[in-house]
Amino acid sequence: MNIILPLAIIAGVLLFLTVMSAGLIWLERRLLALWQDRYGPNRVGPFGLLQVIADMIKILSKEDWIPPFADKTVFVIAPAIIMISAFMSFAIVPFAPGIVIADINIGVLFFLAMSSLGVYSVVLAGWASASKYSLLGGMRAAAQMVSYEVFMGLSLMGVVALTGSFSIGEIVEAQRHLWFIVPQFAGFLIFFMAGVAETHRLPFDLPESENELVAGFHTEYSGMKFGMFFVGEYVGITLISALITTLFFGGWLGPWLPPVVWFLIKTFIFICLFILLRASFPRPRYDQLMFLAWKIMLPLSLLNIVITGAIVLATSK
Amino acid sequence: MNDLFYISAVVAVISTGIVITKLNVVHALLYLIVSLLAVAMVFLSLGAPFVAALEVIIYGGAIMVLFVFVIMLLNLGPEHIEEKKQYVGGQAWLGPVVLAGILIAELVSVFVRGGGQVAGNVVIEPKQTGIALYSIYLIGVELASMLLLSGLIGAYHLGRKDDKLDAGEDGGGQQ
Repeated sequence: MNIILPLAIIAGVLLFLTVMSAGLIWLERRLLALWQDRYGPNRVGPFGLLQVIADMIKILSKEDWIPPFADKTVFVIAPAIIMISAFMSFAIVPFAPGIVIADINIGVLFFLAMSSLGVYSVVLAGWASASKYSLLGGMRAAAQMVSYEVFMGLSLMGVVALTGSFSIGEIVEAQRHLWFIVPQFAGFLIFFMAGVAETHRLPFDLPESENELVAGFHTEYSGMKFGMFFVGEYVGITLISALITTLFFGGWLGPWLPPVVWFLIKTFIFICLFILLRASFPRPRYDQLMFLAWKIMLPLSLLNIVITGAIVLATSK
Repeated sequence: MNDLFYISAVVAVISTGIVITKLNVVHALLYLIVSLLAVAMVFLSLGAPFVAALEVIIYGGAIMVLFVFVIMLLNLGPEHIEEKKQYVGGQAWLGPVVLAGILIAELVSVFVRGGGQVAGNVVIEPKQTGIALYSIYLIGVELASMLLLSGLIGAYHLGRKDDKLDAGEDGGGQQ
């Protein structure tokens, strides 16, 4: 059994994600600036690219302070959970044929399991900080993520039903003739919105809404622990973009260019879409968020499953 | 896979033990999550990846998050731990430990001596229980489910917001 290749892939993916999440901070600031008619960071190095390194040096050398009133163990564990769960989810993402850490036959479920564990990070961070703003942020996060997780799973069942498998590799192969975005457009929309809510990005960033809760669940965090939440968030964005690509836009499938390039291009487009959302949408009120989740998205995703199921049943004969 | 099974089984047993002995509720809940993850690993090592994934998604993800959420809402401080220490003093352990010890001794002796004749003469398998429940005792099952439903409706009714009452309370604020 060859053990070098899997290890090389794991190392490659980890390196890619770490560089990616650092680079995304720069990308987000530049793109936001572009869309808001500003310059953004453009002083350090070419196009301000060295800003990434400056930011990293800054965040690593900052004082890492644990509040004396905090629950120390939980306070330290919380940021690690989001990083681990986000990195672990990438184990099932196929970058190209053969370049995947684990093509397991429950791939979709593995992703859902990891994202449901990621909730703890935010909730525990909010609780362990023992501060009002953090606790409020943590509670919002718990309710929001549990609600959106429900139909995040349901929205993928249409894709699973059409493929007849939970394996991500097979899902990509099944899109050789037609990307799932066409038969599963509703599923795509629901998954995308649930993805934005799961990574608590604007417009669904109520757990950390800065103009009412200071910084929400990570108010008390500083230094690299805060950095880990940051990395977790950007890896989360990359993950959701990669999964949208894989599940709805044919993954690495595409003409002329090598598969990896296709995968990266498609993923990059969705990352930019995430940033565009932040630049263009206001934040909804909390009850509006819950209304959207339970009264619109959930029935829609159930309807999607019923219709997809009926079509699969009718055409399978 | 045998080693994986034993390692995760030991983790599950130890973490479950800590769940019931920890005084800090949130820490206890965290150990319960670890225990559920360990059980998922047990399922995986036994060759049931689907059940393992569901264990993590449903128990580890959904149900435990709700538990943590409720405990967070209660916001129990250090005073609560002090209070709890008083409830569970040294004396209180004695009776249950002795009685549970007898049961464990019985269980061990059954495993060691290998079953033998059971008191009721027949061993009832899960399948027979299921068949009996949904054939002869169907009415009983239906009645129980109706009882549960009425309990659910009752809980909903009690938890419902009374509009009239609310209007009375907020009357000063809403002009």
